[in-house]
Amino acid sequence: MLSNTARRLVRGWTLLVLLFLYAPLLLVVINAFNSSRTFAFPPTGWTLRWWSDAWNSHGMWQSLANSAMVGLGATAVALVLGTMAAVAVQRYDFFGKHVVSLLVVLPITLPGIVTGIALNATFTSALGVSLGLATVIIGHATFCIVIVFNNTQARLRRMGSDLEDASADLGASPWQTFRYVTFPMMRGSLVAGAVLAFALSFDEIVVTTFTAGPAVQTLPIWIFGNLFRPNQAPVINVVAAALTIVAIIPVWLAQRFGGDPAVSRF
Amino acid sequence: MAWLVIAYLGSLAVLLVSAFWSTDAFTGAVVHSFTFDNIVRVATDELFRTAAVRTVSVALAVTVICAVLAVPLAFYMAKVASPRVRLALVVAVTTPLWASYLVKAYAWRMLLSPEGPLVWATDYTPGYGLTATIVTLTYLWLPYMVLPVFAAFARVPDSLLDASADLGASDWSTLRMVLAPLVFPGIAAGSIFTFSLSLGDYIAVTIVGGKTQLLGNIIYGQLVTANNQPLAAALSIIPLLAIVAYLLAMRRTGALESI
Repeated sequence: MLSNTARRLVRGWTLLVLLFLYAPLLLVVINAFNSSRTFAFPPTGWTLRWWSDAWNSHGMWQSLANSAMVGLGATAVALVLGTMAAVAVQRYDFFGKHVVSLLVVLPITLPGIVTGIALNATFTSALGVSLGLATVIIGHATFCIVIVFNNTQARLRRMGSDLEDASADLGASPWQTFRYVTFPMMRGSLVAGAVLAFALSFDEIVVTTFTAGPAVQTLPIWIFGNLFRPNQAPVINVVAAALTIVAIIPVWLAQRFGGDPAVSRF
Repeated sequence: MAWLVIAYLGSLAVLLVSAFWSTDAFTGAVVHSFTFDNIVRVATDELFRTAAVRTVSVALAVTVICAVLAVPLAFYMAKVASPRVRLALVVAVTTPLWASYLVKAYAWRMLLSPEGPLVWATDYTPGYGLTATIVTLTYLWLPYMVLPVFAAFARVPDSLLDASADLGASDWSTLRMVLAPLVFPGIAAGSIFTFSLSLGDYIAVTIVGGKTQLLGNIIYGQLVTANNQPLAAALSIIPLLAIVAYLLAMRRTGALESI
């Protein structure tokens, strides 16, 4: 179907949307080498000086380490709990099962600020816990679990339960069946879920703001805190460009190992 | 499992309950006594009402613009492009999702600045304000709309379109009567993301919004600057209700199954 004019129109539209998607990212990378401090466009000169400034920024490394720790912690919690939830929902019948599969979607559909305030109220007013890295990890785990759960559940549904039934018939205990049959088959979706969960946690700022307290800074919090300080702008530009370039890594991983984790979220 | 329920639903319950608490006017400490004051204030205060309406309007505008941008793109990806180009386009649309949220909002701050590339190229910039906020939010959430719409287009078999054409339908009729009903759940699924993500956002509006106040900023201000946690909780019930209402409306389209 479709006339040639219509084809040309949608192709032109596609190119425009791609330009819309990539022009800002390109600008970020260009500005990291812009020698002017005010970043007037077009740049009048080029420099690598900001890159060495950023490399020597103590706050950047400190917050980067915190972000890595939170990301790894939240991903680990999410892998264990998300997988357990997915197996439970897919393979067993229990009271309230349908409610569970609806409820776990809530953390990604509710605005971060609602989740953030809810957790903040719980930690400070209700439980009296002091905010720190641990509370950030718990906060991030709420939405990381959903990612792992969704990935794993979709895979379990496609796998069917024939092989697991066969394993049980042949005398394997439930743990053996999980260890030798179920787990190897869903390893791919676990990796995809983990990569996506880590990426979301690494980038998260709203829930972090409300669960971190004043002492702990993750990388996004650090960037946000320095965003409006003119003398920090060059360093922020470099970190922004570096993050943009690093963003290619998960895409490359996905291409290499098959199945785009970002797409598998839908 | 129990952990999930306790951590998340428990928190939401605390949120709802704390909306009925009050703060001691003198010390600012949260007082656990039951009161409707916060709810009444949220419902009657002119400032809050304007911000709520503005926030929902922004979220709706972002959703509509995302859909308008995404539908032809998704159609091209699924039905016109060759398999090679299609794969490349899927990668091209998803890659920005991996780039940092803050970096993307910051990119728009640079792009729209008075000495920025947009002024250099076109001699025009909307400046920092409501327009900039809508553009930036659209940019941030566009991939979340493209992917489910693309998936919906891809699920429509080509033979169906051929059959429609063979039966004498024009391109326009096929689009309206065959494609549109089949693709609508995908748009609805995408709109859940664009709507709810825009509704709670306060970072992008801080970066490019100038003096614009959305609900998120006000809630943040009440919690952090004014230190009035119960009022912040009462305010955050507004986006909560808006999302639940939106989810319920979208459930009828079958969109929840496509998330």
